[in-house]
Amino acid sequence: MLGLADYSSDEIQTILDTSLQMRDILDRPVKKVPTLRGVTVVNLFLENSTRTRTSFELAEKRLSADTLNFSASGSALSKGETMLDTALNIEAMKVDVVVMRHKSPGSPHFLARHLESIIINAGDGRHEHPTQALLDMLTLRDKYGSLKGLRVALVGDILHSRVAMSNIIGLKRMGAEVIVCGPSTLIPRGIERMGVEITNHLDDAIQRADALNILRIQLERQTAGLFPSLREYHKYFGVTRARLEKASSPLTILHPGPMNRGIEITSDVADSEHSVILQQVTNGVAVRMAVLYLLAGGRAEPGAQ
Amino acid sequence: MQTKIKAKLVDAAGFSRTITRIAHEIIERNRGTESLGLVGMQTRGVFIARRVAAKIREIESIDVPVGILDATLYRDDYRTSLRQPSVQQTDIPFDLYDMNVVLVDDVLYTGRTVRAALEAIMDNGRPKRVQLAVMVDRGHRELPIKPDFIGKNVPTSINEEVQVRMTEVDDEDAIYLVEVDK
Repeated sequence: MLGLADYSSDEIQTILDTSLQMRDILDRPVKKVPTLRGVTVVNLFLENSTRTRTSFELAEKRLSADTLNFSASGSALSKGETMLDTALNIEAMKVDVVVMRHKSPGSPHFLARHLESIIINAGDGRHEHPTQALLDMLTLRDKYGSLKGLRVALVGDILHSRVAMSNIIGLKRMGAEVIVCGPSTLIPRGIERMGVEITNHLDDAIQRADALNILRIQLERQTAGLFPSLREYHKYFGVTRARLEKASSPLTILHPGPMNRGIEITSDVADSEHSVILQQVTNGVAVRMAVLYLLAGGRAEPGAQ
Repeated sequence: MQTKIKAKLVDAAGFSRTITRIAHEIIERNRGTESLGLVGMQTRGVFIARRVAAKIREIESIDVPVGILDATLYRDDYRTSLRQPSVQQTDIPFDLYDMNVVLVDDVLYTGRTVRAALEAIMDNGRPKRVQLAVMVDRGHRELPIKPDFIGKNVPTSINEEVQVRMTEVDDEDAIYLVEVDK
């Protein structure tokens, strides 16, 4: 799974349906099934991420796979080894699945051309983050029953966001409408070609949308001066309860985390009854279980007919 | 894969009689319905379990709880199949602890599905006892599994199949012996 761009609406539907059954496992006394016994998964996280890695690792363990965590610091990569050599070495240790996070767009595609293993993209730069979009879609589908005709506004840093890219692709494919909202410096040029509406006014997005997916301001990527200050960003694009109260009906609030409280979202919104942020986290494990099961499950073993 | 019907083994009336007999046997073997729960295996096992429960209600005026089990995630052979694996619903709405559970399926063949189902049940709780009820036992066991309640014993050859049809999903209640040309 390199990105949602390769997946049809039927395939996305199958993943979401399978996720529901996986979520049931998380509610049981024994939160584990033997499905991926004997399968080895490497979490190759060459960019820091505690949340996504933990979610994948838990999903792997719930399915009884053997897991191995690998990070850039402390590995041979910090001694100058190329990523391909690292990956080939890992594969030579007979792994079946590589879950990969990398800061450069296209890295999982590159690995997929050189490795036999199943590659799952856990975020490649500003390109795609397919499992995050799937868990967002599952959370919205839980709430509304269907994604068809739903209007979802993605708010904030669209330019640097792989979450936004995968969400736009997935939501559009499932028949939802997408509005992107943010300062014009954080909205990539030509994004309207993906079939989304653009607005630079948060109140406008709030008026039109059923749900807001509030993206994190990536403080570590704000060195280019794309907006004057965090205080000004909060003034114009911070989602506050006062702003939401102007909407005709309550909006569902999503956030991929980690949140910068007081910048893109205020605490009273993050903790409100319309926030589904913690459901997103639970759904994340279920979706990743479904993806691992569907990818590593239907594969013939050597010698099988 | 082509299939050809060789014989109709059970018709609608026979199907109903078999359900009635299994219901009576379950009540008798368990000395009543106390702590009794049925768990039907997806797909037709669920409908059989519901019909057995309805029959027990007729006989004893007691509602016996019915759960649904999909054992796909516990199969040991799914990775050798090229089919896209699909998981169906599992929903056991009662506490399995200390229950007398009757696992219900349509056809018993190699025993691998039942093995998977037993493991799935144990992960959902700790019943006192698990019994197995099947509509048809067609033989060819690969594991040491023996049913407690059998609708019909049908000795088959390896290139035959037994099809249980039920009005809930098919157009009739019947059991057929089918030749499969693989």
